[in-house]
Amino acid sequence: MAPPAKIRLSTTPTRQDLEALRLGDIVHLDGLMYTAREGVYKRALEEQANIPMELPRESAANFHCSPAASIDADGSFRLGAVTATASFRFEKWLGEWFEKSGARLIVGKGGMSSATYKKHFVPNGAIYLTTVGYGTGALLGRGVENVEAVHWEKELGLAQAMWVLKCRDMGPFIVASDLEGNCLFERENAKIAENLHRAYEGTRPAVLKRYGETDDRSDELIG
Amino acid sequence: MIPIDLIQSTAENLMDKAAIEIPDDYLSGLEAAAHVEDGDLSAFVLQAMLENYKAAKEDRRAMCGDTGCPRWYVKMSNEAQVQGGPVALETALRRATAAATNGVPLRPNRVHPLWRTDHDNNVGIAAPEIEYGFEPAPGGEWIDLTTVHKGGLFGTDYRMLFPSDGIEGIKRFYLDSLVAFGKRGLSCQPAIIGIGLGGSKDACMVLGKRAACLRTVGDRNPDPKIAALEMEFKELGNSIGMGAMGFVGKSMVIDCHIEVGYCHTGGMQMSVHAFCLSSRRACARIWADGRVEHRTDPAWFTPYQRRETVEWPTALAAE
Ligand code: SF4
Repeated sequence: MAPPAKIRLSTTPTRQDLEALRLGDIVHLDGLMYTAREGVYKRALEEQANIPMELPRESAANFHCSPAASIDADGSFRLGAVTATASFRFEKWLGEWFEKSGARLIVGKGGMSSATYKKHFVPNGAIYLTTVGYGTGALLGRGVENVEAVHWEKELGLAQAMWVLKCRDMGPFIVASDLEGNCLFERENAKIAENLHRAYEGTRPAVLKRYGETDDRSDELIG
Repeated sequence: MIPIDLIQSTAENLMDKAAIEIPDDYLSGLEAAAHVEDGDLSAFVLQAMLENYKAAKEDRRAMCGDTGCPRWYVKMSNEAQVQGGPVALETALRRATAAATNGVPLRPNRVHPLWRTDHDNNVGIAAPEIEYGFEPAPGGEWIDLTTVHKGGLFGTDYRMLFPSDGIEGIKRFYLDSLVAFGKRGLSCQPAIIGIGLGGSKDACMVLGKRAACLRTVGDRNPDPKIAALEMEFKELGNSIGMGAMGFVGKSMVIDCHIEVGYCHTGGMQMSVHAFCLSSRRACARIWADGRVEHRTDPAWFTPYQRRETVEWPTALAAE
């Protein structure tokens, strides 16, 4: 099978740039990208703190990530590897975040649901890029030309701070949603589910079920 | 007497190695998986991972940006004495963890569960974990330090099964765990899967985690029937139809290791642990005379660790 196409994409992409992307395409990024996860969302949205960047002019790419990095005594940064964290936990902030930040690329681990894409991404002309592996932290680290700034480090700590990364040919990332809100992972899961029964042949569900995984409070749990 | 400074400097070195250098056994396992993978996206992911390990070594940077939760396994020969005693030993390991977090650098992952306090050094209450084992080893005075930086959030589960669940129930829970955490690749498969069977709940978790983190690819349980199960489970995991990142494929399990412990007669505890694509472990033996021997195989599970009876005959120990 031919290796998937590799595409260079700006972190302030146009609508046309994003229209050209297909689920499963391999993308490398150029431009500024900032990290924002629960700490930044809470501070910017719940505490209404002023975002210390001009968004989306400077960057329309939000990375769900905390880098392996340290700040030296002289204030300079040392950044090693960069890996995303699982995005599904951040859904509840995304609607408001899109409004405030104008983001058009959400970059993270594992994607989100097609329902989330349709509700929040499509109206904002945004797509989702997933990191690869997901452990390709050293490759991604190579793609960071410079750490431009670290905002809110005192308030949020190193892991939750807002890191501003200057990216050059940073990748690989995989296109996991498109402008219509289609979801790569759901497409793959559907294909896998078709054949899953074969692996499950000759197995049996546990005799004691778990309480609390459904909302049926009358569950007897045995048998 | 084993010098405490040597323990600390070796420990710092191990932290660096674990974070940066993928162990050879896992690397060969992944290369073999990449060789047979024919799902196009899964195959792309495996190739990217292989390039990533190379980049990490070349640049001396951590292989994954999430550098996991560093922990320590300490094993001492029966005759080992550490300068300053066990408190000095634990202090040295905590210092090495903090120093390497800043030095490599690693990600300061460890926070207070409620207040999210972050010391930015991976040290805190009950962190890093330090576990101990002992070995008869007559005539030797040494300490084995193994650090494992295990990826944190996904791929591990526990269930109380019962004898009537049988092998079918064990297989079911195994598959359920692989599929649940394999979807969207949350557990960063393909991984070394460790399974704990029996013990008590906590012992079962410990056995499964050690099976995943302290045994190398290709290693088999000395009980031939358990060894056969390990092979069968590896095969089973790779026939789900899922590969790296939850894409269509056939690589989920690089190897499967099972460890057992005696349990309550009515139960059959089971735990499943996935040691992710960044299977980070590094080990060294430090001798009292100052020699340090590095290796990637912790060689934790010796006949002594799996002993079944009350006494341990010295004749056996001398082997
Ligand atoms: S689980 Fe994935 S992201 Fe986490 S340490 Fe392992 S390879 Fe990295």
